[in-house]
Amino acid sequence: MSSVVTETIAWLTDPANWSGSAGIPVRLAEHLLYTGLVMVIATAIAVPIGLYVGHTGRGRVAAVAVAGALRALPTLGLLTLFVLLAGIGLMPPIWALVILTVPPLLAGTYAGIASVDRNVVDAARAMGMTELQVLFRAEFPNALPVMYGGFRTGVLQAIATVSVVAYINLGGLGRYLFDGLVLSDFPQMLGGSLLIAGLAIAVDLVLALIQRLFLSQGASTQPNRSQQAAVDLTDPVPAGTAVQGGTS
Amino acid sequence: MEWFLANSEQVFSLAAQHLVLAILPMVFGVLIAVPLAQVARQNRGLRSVVLTASSLLYTIPSLALFIILPTVLGTRILDPVNVVVALTIYAVALLVRATLDAFDSVDEDLRQAAVAMGFKPFARFLQIDLPLSLPVLFAGLRVVSVSNISLVSVAALLGIGNLGMLFTSGLQRDFVTEVVVGIIAILILALLMDAVLVLLERLLTPWTRAAGSSTASGADSGAGQEKTGPAAAALRLSDAQTSGGAS
Repeated sequence: MSSVVTETIAWLTDPANWSGSAGIPVRLAEHLLYTGLVMVIATAIAVPIGLYVGHTGRGRVAAVAVAGALRALPTLGLLTLFVLLAGIGLMPPIWALVILTVPPLLAGTYAGIASVDRNVVDAARAMGMTELQVLFRAEFPNALPVMYGGFRTGVLQAIATVSVVAYINLGGLGRYLFDGLVLSDFPQMLGGSLLIAGLAIAVDLVLALIQRLFLSQGASTQPNRSQQAAVDLTDPVPAGTAVQGGTS
Repeated sequence: MEWFLANSEQVFSLAAQHLVLAILPMVFGVLIAVPLAQVARQNRGLRSVVLTASSLLYTIPSLALFIILPTVLGTRILDPVNVVVALTIYAVALLVRATLDAFDSVDEDLRQAAVAMGFKPFARFLQIDLPLSLPVLFAGLRVVSVSNISLVSVAALLGIGNLGMLFTSGLQRDFVTEVVVGIIAILILALLMDAVLVLLERLLTPWTRAAGSSTASGADSGAGQEKTGPAAAALRLSDAQTSGGAS
Protein backbone atom coordinates (compact mmCIF):
# COMPACT_ATOMS: atom_id res chain seq x y z
CA MET A 1 0.00 0.00 0.00
CA SER A 2 2.77 2.38 0.88
CA SER A 3 4.38 1.71 -2.50
CA VAL A 4 1.13 2.83 -4.16
CA VAL A 5 1.24 6.03 -2.14
CA THR A 6 4.86 6.80 -3.01
CA GLU A 7 4.24 5.96 -6.68
CA THR A 8 1.22 8.24 -6.68
CA ILE A 9 3.23 11.04 -5.13
CA ALA A 10 5.88 10.39 -7.76
CA TRP A 11 3.22 10.59 -10.49
CA LEU A 12 1.77 13.79 -9.09
CA THR A 13 5.16 15.46 -8.79
CA ASP A 14 6.63 14.20 -12.08
CA PRO A 15 7.31 17.33 -14.17
CA ALA A 16 6.40 15.35 -17.31
CA ASN A 17 2.82 15.19 -16.04
CA TRP A 18 2.65 18.95 -15.64
CA SER A 19 3.28 19.93 -19.26
CA GLY A 20 2.01 19.12 -22.74
CA SER A 21 -1.51 18.59 -24.05
CA ALA A 22 -2.17 15.73 -21.62
CA GLY A 23 -0.57 17.56 -18.70
CA ILE A 24 -2.36 18.32 -15.47
CA PRO A 25 -2.82 22.09 -16.14
CA VAL A 26 -4.45 21.39 -19.52
CA ARG A 27 -6.71 18.69 -18.09
CA LEU A 28 -7.63 20.98 -15.21
CA ALA A 29 -8.47 23.79 -17.65
CA GLU A 30 -10.60 21.39 -19.72
CA HIS A 31 -12.40 20.25 -16.59
CA LEU A 32 -13.17 23.82 -15.55
CA LEU A 33 -14.14 24.78 -19.12
CA TYR A 34 -16.69 21.95 -19.42
CA THR A 35 -18.03 22.76 -15.96
CA GLY A 36 -18.33 26.45 -16.84
CA LEU A 37 -20.06 25.71 -20.14
CA VAL A 38 -22.56 23.41 -18.42
CA MET A 39 -23.26 25.98 -15.72
CA VAL A 40 -23.84 28.82 -18.22
CA ILE A 41 -26.31 26.79 -20.28
CA ALA A 42 -28.05 25.24 -17.27
CA THR A 43 -28.38 28.64 -15.55
CA ALA A 44 -29.79 30.18 -18.71
CA ILE A 45 -32.47 27.46 -18.77
CA ALA A 46 -33.24 26.92 -15.08
CA VAL A 47 -33.22 30.44 -13.64
CA PRO A 48 -35.83 32.02 -15.95
CA ILE A 49 -38.15 29.02 -15.50
CA GLY A 50 -37.57 29.05 -11.74
CA LEU A 51 -38.24 32.79 -11.54
CA TYR A 52 -41.44 32.41 -13.56
CA VAL A 53 -42.71 29.45 -11.53
CA GLY A 54 -41.69 31.02 -8.22
CA HIS A 55 -43.24 34.39 -9.02
CA THR A 56 -46.52 33.29 -10.59
CA GLY A 57 -46.93 29.97 -8.77
CA ARG A 58 -47.99 28.57 -12.15
CA GLY A 59 -46.66 25.17 -13.13
CA ARG A 60 -45.33 24.58 -9.62
CA VAL A 61 -46.41 20.94 -9.52
CA ALA A 62 -45.01 20.29 -12.99
CA ALA A 63 -41.67 21.95 -12.16
CA VAL A 64 -41.24 20.00 -8.93
CA ALA A 65 -42.18 16.73 -10.64
CA VAL A 66 -39.84 17.32 -13.58
CA ALA A 67 -36.97 18.32 -11.28
CA GLY A 68 -37.54 15.22 -9.14
CA ALA A 69 -37.70 12.87 -12.11
CA LEU A 70 -34.55 14.36 -13.65
CA ARG A 71 -32.74 13.83 -10.36
CA ALA A 72 -33.44 10.09 -10.51
CA LEU A 73 -31.96 9.79 -14.02
CA PRO A 74 -28.66 7.92 -13.94
CA THR A 75 -25.77 10.16 -15.03
CA LEU A 76 -23.94 7.47 -16.93
CA GLY A 77 -27.07 6.26 -18.74
CA LEU A 78 -27.92 9.73 -19.96
CA LEU A 79 -24.34 10.32 -21.14
CA THR A 80 -24.15 7.09 -23.11
CA LEU A 81 -27.60 7.61 -24.57
CA PHE A 82 -26.73 11.10 -25.82
CA VAL A 83 -23.47 9.95 -27.30
CA LEU A 84 -25.10 7.01 -29.06
CA LEU A 85 -27.89 9.18 -30.46
CA ALA A 86 -25.94 12.34 -31.29
CA GLY A 87 -22.44 11.07 -31.85
CA ILE A 88 -19.10 11.82 -30.25
CA GLY A 89 -18.13 15.44 -29.88
CA LEU A 90 -18.18 18.18 -27.31
CA MET A 91 -21.87 19.01 -27.26
CA PRO A 92 -23.75 15.69 -26.73
CA PRO A 93 -22.15 15.03 -23.31
CA ILE A 94 -22.49 18.70 -22.42
CA TRP A 95 -26.25 18.55 -23.08
CA ALA A 96 -26.51 15.44 -20.93
CA LEU A 97 -24.70 17.30 -18.14
CA VAL A 98 -27.01 20.29 -18.56
CA ILE A 99 -30.05 18.05 -18.05
CA LEU A 100 -28.50 16.75 -14.83
CA THR A 101 -27.55 20.22 -13.55
CA VAL A 102 -30.90 21.89 -14.20
CA PRO A 103 -32.79 20.26 -11.25
CA PRO A 104 -30.77 21.75 -8.36
CA LEU A 105 -30.72 25.17 -10.04
CA LEU A 106 -34.43 25.06 -10.79
CA ALA A 107 -35.31 23.86 -7.28
CA GLY A 108 -33.09 26.51 -5.69
CA THR A 109 -34.50 29.35 -7.78
CA TYR A 110 -38.08 28.29 -7.34
CA ALA A 111 -37.74 27.61 -3.61
CA GLY A 112 -35.84 30.88 -3.14
CA ILE A 113 -38.53 33.00 -4.76
CA ALA A 114 -41.33 31.06 -3.05
CA SER A 115 -39.68 31.50 0.37
CA VAL A 116 -39.65 35.30 0.21
CA ASP A 117 -41.90 36.77 2.88
CA ARG A 118 -45.31 37.48 1.33
CA ASN A 119 -45.41 40.77 3.25
CA VAL A 120 -42.35 41.95 1.34
CA VAL A 121 -43.98 41.09 -1.97
CA ASP A 122 -47.29 42.70 -1.05
CA ALA A 123 -45.53 45.82 0.21
CA ALA A 124 -43.51 46.09 -2.99
CA ARG A 125 -46.70 45.77 -5.02
CA ALA A 126 -48.49 48.29 -2.83
CA MET A 127 -45.71 50.78 -3.48
CA GLY A 128 -46.72 50.66 -7.14
CA MET A 129 -43.99 48.41 -8.48
CA THR A 130 -44.79 46.62 -11.72
CA GLU A 131 -44.71 42.82 -11.65
CA LEU A 132 -41.21 42.81 -13.15
CA GLN A 133 -40.00 45.29 -10.55
CA VAL A 134 -41.53 43.18 -7.79
CA LEU A 135 -39.69 40.18 -9.16
CA PHE A 136 -36.28 41.78 -9.71
CA ARG A 137 -36.16 44.39 -6.96
CA ALA A 138 -37.99 42.67 -4.11
CA GLU A 139 -38.15 38.91 -4.67
CA PHE A 140 -34.85 38.30 -6.46
CA PRO A 141 -32.54 39.99 -3.91
CA ASN A 142 -34.29 38.25 -1.03
CA ALA A 143 -34.18 34.89 -2.77
CA LEU A 144 -30.51 35.17 -3.69
CA PRO A 145 -29.04 33.18 -0.76
CA VAL A 146 -31.29 30.17 -1.43
CA MET A 147 -30.72 30.46 -5.19
CA TYR A 148 -26.99 30.55 -4.59
CA GLY A 149 -27.27 27.36 -2.54
CA GLY A 150 -28.82 25.63 -5.55
CA PHE A 151 -26.06 27.03 -7.76
CA ARG A 152 -23.37 25.65 -5.44
CA THR A 153 -24.93 22.20 -5.50
CA GLY A 154 -25.14 22.44 -9.28
CA VAL A 155 -21.46 23.39 -9.69
CA LEU A 156 -20.27 20.52 -7.50
CA GLN A 157 -22.51 18.08 -9.32
CA ALA A 158 -21.17 19.33 -12.66
CA ILE A 159 -17.55 18.92 -11.51
CA ALA A 160 -18.31 15.36 -10.39
CA THR A 161 -20.11 14.47 -13.59
CA VAL A 162 -17.50 16.03 -15.86
CA SER A 163 -15.02 13.45 -14.54
CA VAL A 164 -17.29 10.74 -15.98
CA VAL A 165 -17.31 12.48 -19.37
CA ALA A 166 -13.70 11.38 -19.98
CA TYR A 167 -15.12 7.89 -20.48
CA ILE A 168 -16.56 9.18 -23.75
CA ASN A 169 -13.41 10.49 -25.41
CA LEU A 170 -13.47 13.96 -23.90
CA GLY A 171 -10.73 15.50 -21.79
CA GLY A 172 -10.82 16.74 -18.24
CA LEU A 173 -9.21 15.26 -15.15
CA GLY A 174 -11.29 12.10 -15.53
CA ARG A 175 -8.97 11.10 -18.41
CA TYR A 176 -6.34 10.00 -15.91
CA LEU A 177 -8.82 7.59 -14.29
CA PHE A 178 -9.78 5.87 -17.53
CA ASP A 179 -6.32 5.95 -19.10
CA GLY A 180 -4.96 4.50 -15.87
CA LEU A 181 -7.69 1.84 -15.84
CA VAL A 182 -6.83 0.70 -19.36
CA LEU A 183 -3.10 0.63 -18.60
CA SER A 184 -3.59 -0.87 -15.12
CA ASP A 185 -1.62 2.16 -13.96
CA PHE A 186 -3.08 2.55 -10.49
CA PRO A 187 -0.90 5.48 -9.36
CA GLN A 188 -2.20 7.49 -12.32
CA MET A 189 -5.81 6.63 -11.40
CA LEU A 190 -5.26 7.53 -7.76
CA GLY A 191 -3.42 10.73 -8.69
CA GLY A 192 -6.27 11.76 -10.99
CA SER A 193 -8.84 10.95 -8.31
CA LEU A 194 -7.00 13.04 -5.74
CA LEU A 195 -6.86 15.94 -8.21
CA ILE A 196 -10.61 15.69 -8.83
CA ALA A 197 -11.38 15.52 -5.10
CA GLY A 198 -9.04 18.45 -4.47
CA LEU A 199 -10.64 20.49 -7.25
CA ALA A 200 -14.16 19.84 -5.89
CA ILE A 201 -13.16 20.83 -2.36
CA ALA A 202 -11.27 23.93 -3.55
CA VAL A 203 -14.17 25.11 -5.72
CA ASP A 204 -16.62 24.54 -2.87
CA LEU A 205 -14.44 26.60 -0.53
CA VAL A 206 -14.23 29.43 -3.06
CA LEU A 207 -18.01 29.37 -3.53
CA ALA A 208 -18.50 29.40 0.24
CA LEU A 209 -16.13 32.35 0.54
CA ILE A 210 -18.04 34.25 -2.15
CA GLN A 211 -21.25 33.55 -0.26
CA ARG A 212 -19.77 34.83 2.98
CA LEU A 213 -18.32 37.95 1.39
CA PHE A 214 -21.16 39.02 -0.85
CA LEU A 215 -24.35 37.25 0.14
CA SER A 216 -24.34 37.21 3.93
CA GLN A 217 -27.53 39.26 4.24
CA GLY A 218 -29.74 36.22 3.88
CA ALA A 219 -33.25 37.43 4.53
CA SER A 220 -34.93 34.16 3.72
CA THR A 221 -32.73 32.05 5.98
CA GLN A 222 -33.29 34.28 8.99
CA PRO A 223 -36.94 34.84 9.82
CA ASN A 224 -36.24 37.82 12.09
CA ARG A 225 -34.43 39.60 9.34
CA SER A 226 -37.17 39.09 6.80
CA GLN A 227 -39.68 40.50 9.22
CA GLN A 228 -37.34 43.41 9.67
CA ALA A 229 -37.21 43.84 5.91
CA ALA A 230 -40.99 43.80 5.74
CA VAL A 231 -41.17 46.55 8.35
CA ASP A 232 -38.60 48.54 6.43
CA LEU A 233 -40.58 48.20 3.23
CA THR A 234 -43.81 49.49 4.74
CA ASP A 235 -41.94 52.66 5.61
CA PRO A 236 -41.37 54.33 2.24
CA VAL A 237 -38.06 56.07 2.91
CA PRO A 238 -35.81 53.18 3.99
CA ALA A 239 -37.70 50.93 1.59
CA GLY A 240 -36.00 52.41 -1.45
CA THR A 241 -32.57 51.99 0.06
CA ALA A 242 -33.31 48.49 1.28
CA VAL A 243 -34.54 47.29 -2.09
CA GLN A 244 -31.83 49.00 -4.11
CA GLY A 245 -29.16 47.96 -1.68
CA GLY A 246 -30.25 44.39 -2.16
CA THR A 247 -30.07 44.54 -5.93
CA SER A 248 -26.47 45.64 -6.13
CA MET B 1 -38.56 -4.81 -25.89
CA GLU B 2 -37.52 -7.95 -27.71
CA TRP B 3 -33.98 -7.48 -26.49
CA PHE B 4 -35.27 -7.05 -22.95
CA LEU B 5 -37.36 -10.24 -23.14
CA ALA B 6 -34.41 -12.17 -24.53
CA ASN B 7 -32.07 -10.86 -21.86
CA SER B 8 -34.48 -10.38 -18.96
CA GLU B 9 -32.62 -12.86 -16.81
CA GLN B 10 -29.40 -10.89 -17.10
CA VAL B 11 -31.20 -7.58 -16.48
CA PHE B 12 -32.85 -8.94 -13.35
CA SER B 13 -29.62 -10.29 -11.93
CA LEU B 14 -27.88 -6.94 -12.60
CA ALA B 15 -30.84 -5.20 -10.96
CA ALA B 16 -30.47 -7.41 -7.89
CA GLN B 17 -26.76 -6.55 -7.62
CA HIS B 18 -27.67 -2.91 -8.13
CA LEU B 19 -30.23 -3.01 -5.31
CA VAL B 20 -27.82 -4.62 -2.86
CA LEU B 21 -25.16 -2.00 -3.61
CA ALA B 22 -27.73 0.78 -3.11
CA ILE B 23 -29.53 -0.54 -0.01
CA LEU B 24 -26.59 -1.66 2.14
CA PRO B 25 -25.15 1.88 2.35
CA MET B 26 -28.56 3.19 3.46
CA VAL B 27 -28.72 0.67 6.32
CA PHE B 28 -25.14 1.36 7.41
CA GLY B 29 -25.75 5.08 6.94
CA VAL B 30 -28.64 5.11 9.42
CA LEU B 31 -26.78 2.90 11.90
CA ILE B 32 -23.81 5.28 11.90
CA ALA B 33 -25.48 8.66 11.43
CA VAL B 34 -28.08 8.46 14.22
CA PRO B 35 -25.68 7.64 17.11
CA LEU B 36 -23.16 10.09 15.66
CA ALA B 37 -25.75 12.86 15.59
CA GLN B 38 -26.79 12.04 19.14
CA VAL B 39 -23.20 12.25 20.38
CA ALA B 40 -22.45 15.37 18.33
CA ARG B 41 -25.51 17.09 19.73
CA GLN B 42 -24.10 17.00 23.24
CA ASN B 43 -20.67 18.25 22.32
CA ARG B 44 -20.24 21.61 20.56
CA GLY B 45 -16.71 20.97 19.37
CA LEU B 46 -17.51 17.54 18.02
CA ARG B 47 -20.59 18.95 16.37
CA SER B 48 -18.73 21.41 14.22
CA VAL B 49 -16.09 18.79 13.40
CA VAL B 50 -18.80 16.34 12.29
CA LEU B 51 -20.62 18.96 10.21
CA THR B 52 -17.45 20.20 8.50
CA ALA B 53 -16.15 16.71 7.83
CA SER B 54 -19.47 15.54 6.43
CA SER B 55 -19.82 18.45 4.03
CA LEU B 56 -16.19 18.01 2.97
CA LEU B 57 -16.63 14.30 2.27
CA TYR B 58 -19.88 14.99 0.46
CA THR B 59 -18.08 17.24 -2.05
CA ILE B 60 -15.73 14.45 -3.21
CA PRO B 61 -17.05 13.12 -6.53
CA SER B 62 -18.12 9.46 -6.41
CA LEU B 63 -15.86 8.21 -9.20
CA ALA B 64 -12.81 9.66 -7.44
CA LEU B 65 -13.89 8.17 -4.11
CA PHE B 66 -14.35 4.71 -5.69
CA ILE B 67 -10.68 4.85 -6.67
CA ILE B 68 -9.26 6.49 -3.55
CA LEU B 69 -10.94 4.05 -1.15
CA PRO B 70 -9.08 0.87 -2.19
CA THR B 71 -5.82 2.52 -1.10
CA VAL B 72 -7.30 3.52 2.25
CA LEU B 73 -9.07 0.22 2.87
CA GLY B 74 -6.51 -2.07 1.29
CA THR B 75 -9.15 -3.63 -0.98
CA ARG B 76 -8.88 -4.45 -4.67
CA ILE B 77 -10.21 -1.86 -7.11
CA LEU B 78 -12.93 -4.22 -8.35
CA ASP B 79 -14.16 -4.98 -4.86
CA PRO B 80 -17.85 -4.00 -4.42
CA VAL B 81 -16.96 -3.13 -0.82
CA ASN B 82 -15.47 0.13 -2.15
CA VAL B 83 -18.84 1.13 -3.59
CA VAL B 84 -20.68 0.25 -0.38
CA VAL B 85 -18.21 2.21 1.75
CA ALA B 86 -18.23 5.22 -0.59
CA LEU B 87 -22.02 5.40 -0.69
CA THR B 88 -22.18 4.86 3.08
CA ILE B 89 -19.94 7.90 3.51
CA TYR B 90 -22.32 10.01 1.42
CA ALA B 91 -25.32 8.61 3.27
CA VAL B 92 -23.79 9.39 6.68
CA ALA B 93 -22.79 12.88 5.53
CA LEU B 94 -26.32 13.68 4.46
CA LEU B 95 -28.17 11.92 7.27
CA VAL B 96 -26.04 13.24 10.14
CA ARG B 97 -26.93 16.81 9.19
CA ALA B 98 -30.61 16.00 8.78
CA THR B 99 -30.72 14.06 12.06
CA LEU B 100 -28.98 16.86 13.97
CA ASP B 101 -31.52 19.34 12.62
CA ALA B 102 -34.31 16.96 13.59
CA PHE B 103 -32.98 16.50 17.14
CA ASP B 104 -32.56 20.25 17.48
CA SER B 105 -36.15 20.88 16.55
CA VAL B 106 -37.65 18.46 19.06
CA ASP B 107 -39.77 20.60 21.35
CA GLU B 108 -37.82 21.49 24.50
CA ASP B 109 -41.04 21.28 26.54
CA LEU B 110 -41.49 17.69 25.41
CA ARG B 111 -37.98 16.81 26.41
CA GLN B 112 -38.38 18.37 29.83
CA ALA B 113 -41.73 16.67 30.27
CA ALA B 114 -40.02 13.36 29.54
CA VAL B 115 -37.33 14.13 32.13
CA ALA B 116 -40.01 15.05 34.66
CA MET B 117 -41.81 11.77 33.95
CA GLY B 118 -38.63 9.94 34.90
CA PHE B 119 -37.26 8.97 31.47
CA LYS B 120 -33.58 8.04 31.68
CA PRO B 121 -31.39 9.63 28.96
CA PHE B 122 -31.21 6.49 26.82
CA ALA B 123 -34.94 5.79 27.09
CA ARG B 124 -35.64 9.42 26.28
CA PHE B 125 -33.49 9.17 23.17
CA LEU B 126 -35.21 5.97 22.03
CA GLN B 127 -38.78 6.94 22.89
CA ILE B 128 -38.88 10.70 22.43
CA ASP B 129 -36.08 12.11 20.28
CA LEU B 130 -35.73 9.27 17.81
CA PRO B 131 -39.41 8.75 16.93
CA LEU B 132 -39.93 12.50 16.58
CA SER B 133 -37.03 12.82 14.19
CA LEU B 134 -38.20 9.95 11.99
CA PRO B 135 -39.99 12.15 9.43
CA VAL B 136 -36.81 14.14 8.83
CA LEU B 137 -34.71 10.99 8.80
CA PHE B 138 -36.98 9.47 6.17
CA ALA B 139 -36.91 12.63 4.07
CA GLY B 140 -33.11 12.33 4.13
CA LEU B 141 -33.26 8.62 3.35
CA ARG B 142 -35.42 9.26 0.29
CA VAL B 143 -32.79 11.66 -1.06
CA VAL B 144 -30.05 9.13 -0.29
CA SER B 145 -31.99 6.35 -2.00
CA VAL B 146 -32.47 8.26 -5.26
CA SER B 147 -28.86 9.42 -5.41
CA ASN B 148 -27.47 6.00 -4.43
CA ILE B 149 -29.35 4.23 -7.17
CA SER B 150 -28.01 6.69 -9.72
CA LEU B 151 -24.45 6.66 -8.32
CA VAL B 152 -24.14 2.87 -8.21
CA SER B 153 -24.24 2.84 -12.01
CA VAL B 154 -21.04 4.91 -12.13
CA ALA B 155 -19.22 1.97 -10.51
CA ALA B 156 -19.84 0.01 -13.71
CA LEU B 157 -17.13 2.13 -15.34
CA LEU B 158 -14.63 0.33 -13.15
CA GLY B 159 -16.18 -3.04 -13.95
CA ILE B 160 -18.24 -3.59 -10.80
CA GLY B 161 -21.44 -5.43 -11.69
CA ASN B 162 -24.77 -3.57 -11.68
CA LEU B 163 -27.30 -2.09 -14.10
CA GLY B 164 -24.68 0.47 -15.19
CA MET B 165 -23.08 -2.41 -17.12
CA LEU B 166 -25.91 -2.00 -19.63
CA PHE B 167 -24.64 1.53 -20.34
CA THR B 168 -20.99 0.59 -20.81
CA SER B 169 -21.75 -2.44 -22.97
CA GLY B 170 -24.43 -0.51 -24.88
CA LEU B 171 -21.88 2.18 -25.67
CA GLN B 172 -19.22 -0.29 -26.73
CA ARG B 173 -21.60 -2.17 -28.99
CA ASP B 174 -23.32 0.99 -30.25
CA PHE B 175 -26.65 -0.46 -29.09
CA VAL B 176 -29.18 2.16 -27.95
CA THR B 177 -31.84 -0.29 -26.78
CA GLU B 178 -29.60 -1.66 -24.07
CA VAL B 179 -28.92 1.84 -22.72
CA VAL B 180 -32.62 2.72 -22.76
CA VAL B 181 -33.50 -0.51 -20.93
CA GLY B 182 -30.85 0.39 -18.34
CA ILE B 183 -32.22 3.89 -17.80
CA ILE B 184 -35.81 2.62 -17.47
CA ALA B 185 -34.75 -0.17 -15.10
CA ILE B 186 -32.92 2.32 -12.88
CA LEU B 187 -35.86 4.73 -12.86
CA ILE B 188 -38.18 1.85 -11.88
CA LEU B 189 -35.81 0.84 -9.07
CA ALA B 190 -35.69 4.43 -7.81
CA LEU B 191 -39.49 4.68 -7.85
CA LEU B 192 -39.90 1.33 -6.09
CA MET B 193 -37.40 2.23 -3.38
CA ASP B 194 -39.11 5.56 -2.83
CA ALA B 195 -42.50 3.86 -2.50
CA VAL B 196 -41.08 1.37 0.01
CA LEU B 197 -39.59 4.20 2.08
CA VAL B 198 -42.86 6.15 2.07
CA LEU B 199 -44.71 3.03 3.17
CA LEU B 200 -42.17 2.27 5.89
CA GLU B 201 -42.42 5.83 7.19
CA ARG B 202 -46.20 5.60 7.38
CA LEU B 203 -45.92 2.37 9.35
CA LEU B 204 -43.36 3.76 11.77
CA THR B 205 -44.97 7.15 12.36
CA PRO B 206 -48.69 6.46 12.77
CA TRP B 207 -49.18 9.67 14.76
CA THR B 208 -48.52 11.93 11.78
CA ARG B 209 -51.71 10.66 10.19
CA ALA B 210 -53.66 10.99 13.42
CA ALA B 211 -52.61 14.65 13.57
CA GLY B 212 -55.72 16.00 11.88
CA SER B 213 -58.18 14.26 14.17
CA SER B 214 -56.23 14.49 17.41
CA THR B 215 -55.57 18.22 17.20
CA ALA B 216 -59.31 18.80 17.13
CA SER B 217 -59.95 16.67 20.20
CA GLY B 218 -56.62 17.50 21.76
CA ALA B 219 -58.00 19.59 24.61
CA ASP B 220 -60.64 17.02 25.52
CA SER B 221 -58.56 14.44 27.30
CA GLY B 222 -55.12 14.04 28.73
CA ALA B 223 -54.32 11.19 26.35
CA GLY B 224 -55.41 13.26 23.38
CA GLN B 225 -53.23 16.12 24.44
CA GLU B 226 -50.24 13.88 24.78
CA LYS B 227 -50.65 12.95 21.16
CA THR B 228 -51.02 16.49 19.93
CA GLY B 229 -47.55 17.54 21.03
CA PRO B 230 -45.52 14.96 19.14
CA ALA B 231 -47.83 15.09 16.15
CA ALA B 232 -47.53 18.84 15.86
CA ALA B 233 -43.76 18.64 16.33
CA ALA B 234 -43.46 15.96 13.67
CA LEU B 235 -45.52 18.02 11.27
CA ARG B 236 -43.29 20.99 11.91
CA LEU B 237 -40.26 18.82 11.27
CA SER B 238 -41.56 17.56 7.97
CA ASP B 239 -42.37 21.13 6.95
CA ALA B 240 -38.88 22.22 7.88
CA GLN B 241 -37.40 19.42 5.85
CA THR B 242 -39.39 20.10 2.70
CA SER B 243 -38.14 23.66 2.58
CA GLY B 244 -34.62 22.64 3.55
CA GLY B 245 -34.51 19.75 1.12
CA ALA B 246 -35.66 21.90 -1.77
CA SER B 247 -32.88 24.42 -1.38
